Amino acid sequence: MFKNRLIALVLLLTGLLTGYFAMQVKETKFPYKFGLDIAGGTQLIYQADTNGVDASEISDSMSALRDVIEKRTNLFGVAEPLVQTETGSSDNGRKEHRLIVELPGVTDINQAIEMIGQTPLLEFKLAQEISPEVGLEVGEEQVDSPEPSFAFIETGISGRVIDKAQLQFDPTTSEPVVLLSFNNEGKELFAKVTKENVGQILAIFLDNQIISSPVIREEIKDGKAQISGGFTSQEAKTLVRDINYGALPLPIELISTQSIGASIGAETLNKGVKAALYGLLAVIIFLILWYRLPGLISSVSLIIYVSLVLSIFKLIPITLTSAGIAGFILSIGMAVDANILIFERLKEELKVGRDLNSALREGFARAWLSIRDSNISSIITAIILFWFGTSLVEGFALVFGLGVAVSMFTAITITRSFLLVIVFKTETTFKRSLFDAGLPRKQKNHKN
Amino acid sequence: MFIINHKKIFFIFSGLLVASSLLVIIIFGFNFGIDFRGGSILEVAYQNNNHLSVEELKTNLQKLNLGLFTVQTTSFDYENQGKKEGVILKTRDLTEEERRIIISTISQDGQFQIEERRYNSIGPVIGQELKERALWAILVVVLAIIFFIAFAFRKVTEVANLNSKVSSWKYGFCAIIALIHDILIPTGIFTFLGHYFINYQIDAVFIMAVLTILGFSVHDTIVVFDRVRENLSLAKKSNFDEIVGKSLRQTMARSINTSLTTLLVLLVLYFLGGESTKQFALILSLGIIFGTYSSIFLASPLLTLFHKKE
Repeated sequence: MFKNRLIALVLLLTGLLTGYFAMQVKETKFPYKFGLDIAGGTQLIYQADTNGVDASEISDSMSALRDVIEKRTNLFGVAEPLVQTETGSSDNGRKEHRLIVELPGVTDINQAIEMIGQTPLLEFKLAQEISPEVGLEVGEEQVDSPEPSFAFIETGISGRVIDKAQLQFDPTTSEPVVLLSFNNEGKELFAKVTKENVGQILAIFLDNQIISSPVIREEIKDGKAQISGGFTSQEAKTLVRDINYGALPLPIELISTQSIGASIGAETLNKGVKAALYGLLAVIIFLILWYRLPGLISSVSLIIYVSLVLSIFKLIPITLTSAGIAGFILSIGMAVDANILIFERLKEELKVGRDLNSALREGFARAWLSIRDSNISSIITAIILFWFGTSLVEGFALVFGLGVAVSMFTAITITRSFLLVIVFKTETTFKRSLFDAGLPRKQKNHKN
Repeated sequence: MFIINHKKIFFIFSGLLVASSLLVIIIFGFNFGIDFRGGSILEVAYQNNNHLSVEELKTNLQKLNLGLFTVQTTSFDYENQGKKEGVILKTRDLTEEERRIIISTISQDGQFQIEERRYNSIGPVIGQELKERALWAILVVVLAIIFFIAFAFRKVTEVANLNSKVSSWKYGFCAIIALIHDILIPTGIFTFLGHYFINYQIDAVFIMAVLTILGFSVHDTIVVFDRVRENLSLAKKSNFDEIVGKSLRQTMARSINTSLTTLLVLLVLYFLGGESTKQFALILSLGIIFGTYSSIFLASPLLTLFHKKE
């Protein structure tokens, strides 16, 4: 008996502590973490063009791309940006590689896109003259001949293989010059390309615009190149900065944008909290009205459940979205299911003529199988929902699954410990009536 | 028991509901949300009463070559600033360039003060992919549930005396029929309501609700079946119909009460919760009502039908 009381006391105190912890919103080491739809912010989905990349190198390039963009968003002072890669499949069954960028607090889409999208794509391409058409060959008269047209062949040399860039000024012309140093891979590639194509034009493209078209004079082995494209010193400075911050290893295209203003997020949160509170209250009123004393006990367990789950949200931390809050509210309604199963069983056992104590133990023991099986099916659903993807559904599934698991503990262990303390040795009709459930029409016979 | 003895009435009732739901779905079709079909949605609040009229806005937008689009006027509740007028614009998916042009069209190049509350543009590829994934998710949940029930009830076959032998797979099968019933009817009602009364969309939130209904429906059915399992192992010679009827009677209060508490929170969520979860709360409530109905009036009577056929 004493042991039971001690356990109940410890559980109650733990409940109070977690409740206190969960209520602390301001000035805490563990703040609640909110998703974009509550905190406000922008989500951008980019499609990476992996055409020029070897299949085996795609995942490396993608993670390089992710790192570059992450660095970039950090530089702009975005708190906790989330940059992740994702693969999808297009209609023709080809794998598509995407980059998902989440920028909490950035509600200006222009600003967000500039942060990421304006990164230069630097490429070196070999120019190959397309032989002019027959009619153009008019001997020495070259006066009206059009500009020679070129086809550009990709060399694989791009911002991806550049280690760093430096700004210098040409000592004679005092023109700004950008000096590029390649990394090891770039060095080899650059040496190979320059060796094989002496005398040809190696054009430098920035964001698909040709900025410089120098002629290769000899093999360049030291992995250094310079661009003197006749740009202003300001342009050269920007280019150097951008390359050093990270030139994009792959070209990207924006395919999806989502932005939520901060005011709409605050509104969602307020409404969510309100709904959770009133939902909790409604369930508690129902439990006490219908199940009386056990209902009161399970209400206490339910409150402990809420504090426990909220504390877990803070500790892990779990990013809360509006869908997640909906999942949490739903779990409040479903968390009492185990208790309802147990109490209905308890009622039956009492009807059979057992005393309170044994009816209670029997009720818990017999309801367990149903509780286990039915909760497993909910957890299976949660796992598959999580796998279904999209951050919206993931948020819901995570909270819902967690709720089901935690509620099994609170509804069974905590409720049981409290009830065992309350059932004393002596049993009175009054006390029995406290355990009765439902409307006072228990004697009604069911038609069979 | 009444329900078991008159199961035909309930089968016909459920059958009619399912048939009309299917009919509604076939006739009206699904209205896919932009996350499935690709497209853009832009929500703008006017900061004061100074703004273009809807007609003017439509005429101006028409010049932008956006294809089909809809402009819907609305008002937003602001906690401290009261109500604000605004518009919701739906178009095909937009490039950043196009978005900027639209914004400056609405604000008349900054002449009117506006707040961009929400913007979402989804490329058709992503939408198609999400649609496929949603179908897979539903399929996988259904399969996982059949296997789980067959596994959880594997002992039923051994436990029952020869007289009441029902293979555990049949429990799974009955649960699945109830489950199809539980998603088709809410989807049908939802499509019907959506066609006439409310603005609705088949989107990721809808799929989320449907998958949750799947879980709940089985959850509910399992509790009844579990009781059947227990009663079978206790019973010596009573017939299967009676055992199922008895189990139903014993679990009915629980089924209704759990559904009630869940419905309570969902209704609160519907009326007090945010805009984005309203649709979720509505479909899920429907699913829970029919899920509870089917676990009592459909799944268990079906079980006795299976037994008869052997």
